[in-house]
Amino acid sequence: MIGNSAGAIGAIEAIRKVDRSSPITIISDESIPVYSRPLISYLLSGEIKPDQIYYRPRNFYEKNDIKPLLGRMVKKVIFDQKIVQLEDNEEIPYDRLLIASGGRPFIPNIDGIGKSGVYTFTKLDDVRRISSSLREVKRALVIGGGLIGIKVAEALKKRNIDVTIVELTEHILSLTMDETASSILETALRKEGIKVLTSNTVKEIIGNGNVKSIRLADGKRLDVQLVIVAIGVVPNIEPFRESSLHIEKGIVVNERMETNINDVYAAGDVTEAYDKILKNYRTIPIWPNAYYQGKVAGNQMVGNDNYRYEGGFMMNSVEVANIPTISIGMIKPPTQDAYEVIKRYDRGSNIYRKIILKDNLIVGALFVGNIDRAGIVTGLLKDAIKVKGFKKELRNDSLGFISLPKELRKERLFKGI
Amino acid sequence: MKRIFIKEEFCIGCRLCEIYCLVEHSNSKDIIKAFKKENPRPLPRIIVEEKGYLSFGLQCRHCGEPPCLEACMSGALHRDERTGAILHNRDKCVGCWMCIMVCPYGAIKRDINGKKVASKCDLCIGRGLPICVEKCPNQALILKEG
Repeated sequence: MIGNSAGAIGAIEAIRKVDRSSPITIISDESIPVYSRPLISYLLSGEIKPDQIYYRPRNFYEKNDIKPLLGRMVKKVIFDQKIVQLEDNEEIPYDRLLIASGGRPFIPNIDGIGKSGVYTFTKLDDVRRISSSLREVKRALVIGGGLIGIKVAEALKKRNIDVTIVELTEHILSLTMDETASSILETALRKEGIKVLTSNTVKEIIGNGNVKSIRLADGKRLDVQLVIVAIGVVPNIEPFRESSLHIEKGIVVNERMETNINDVYAAGDVTEAYDKILKNYRTIPIWPNAYYQGKVAGNQMVGNDNYRYEGGFMMNSVEVANIPTISIGMIKPPTQDAYEVIKRYDRGSNIYRKIILKDNLIVGALFVGNIDRAGIVTGLLKDAIKVKGFKKELRNDSLGFISLPKELRKERLFKGI
Repeated sequence: MKRIFIKEEFCIGCRLCEIYCLVEHSNSKDIIKAFKKENPRPLPRIIVEEKGYLSFGLQCRHCGEPPCLEACMSGALHRDERTGAILHNRDKCVGCWMCIMVCPYGAIKRDINGKKVASKCDLCIGRGLPICVEKCPNQALILKEG
């Protein structure tokens, strides 16, 4: 396994369910046991203690009979000899290989981006570096109003740093929210004391070695001592670039999580796989997807063909300024006529609910303020259940199994078990 | 493994399951203290759905392929090796609500009265019969192999 996060762990747990004996090696460039990268913002804010970052118990590798090679960098894979070569030139042979090397932060080409005081925010080491610099920091700028940008901004705010988010598009969270939802969240963030600048970007990072200020596209200057680059992540494909591995944006995988090379599988944020809603191949860099892809890959690697990846879709759960939100699938339909939109917005309580249908199938959903039982909608989407008979129930927060026709209810209540 | 099965035909909507579940998952395990004194007040882990004469209690199905466990990014959700039940570690939970996003039964709740954490049925592990099954006056909830 190249990688030590959701994709690799999903694979290991799947393999060990059916195969206790095949030796498994995990290679990771990070030197700590498997931890949860999405939790680093909770660590930075102080909401969790350092030992809460671990994703699995301490004895995970031992218990599952895994050989961890941590703090080791993969240089390349010699696919025709089935060898993984590390930076220190050690060669690790394999019979089956899983590439679950995740994503890496995208770094834009901004003047002064290399100055000290500029960080990305995807790994535990980033928290350590940022935390140890905070004593000198009064004001920070976060480039990017996506999920990571908002989480890091809120964490910094909790550490009493004055924070500004600058977002290139018209709204924050523009990939997972619609305009109404983004506006609710922008207002809430501003109320929390976080400044949000949209339709704007950083042109120059200024300072003599250390960051002192930045200049925005609109010409304004802000004095900041810390800049966090949170524009997005891209598949971490560097070690495989010069090979015959089929890579578009990410490593292309089929429904068995196979790549174009025999006995080489890929899972997680590094992949480009089928999206069952958008009906194309794309990266879907989210935790549940990575774990599930890993699970399929793991099963396939030990010859269990019962698990196939029938296609994923984007979904996110995030609290912004204490407002819970869940966003699933297609939030902004590309055309009006083919889609049906069910919406309810209560301005007083800031509760917003939107369900997008096509041919009586749910293709997207958005919940802001009240996310209770949102998974019922996700389940109906995932299993492509026709909602014709109970469509008007979808707009209510009270949607439950009682809203479903009896036959469907009975079938679904006993489905997963 | 043994699971709780729901018989909606027998449910009379009395909500005793809810009350007993709350008490069972309280600190005091005393009905008066649980409802009147404990702060935050514990949540029942069962959801009673009701519409006209139709009603039923619904709790975690303890799936064979649990989407919640796969989506849980903190590692709080895990499978109990002995019983197969899907359990939740409140100390590890950060309240990210990924489980709520993916549970097709809507069986996980947000417990936001104290530390924000998910809240779900634990099959009353260690108790023998789940309290909701035991206290249901009309066998609308039954425990059986399945």
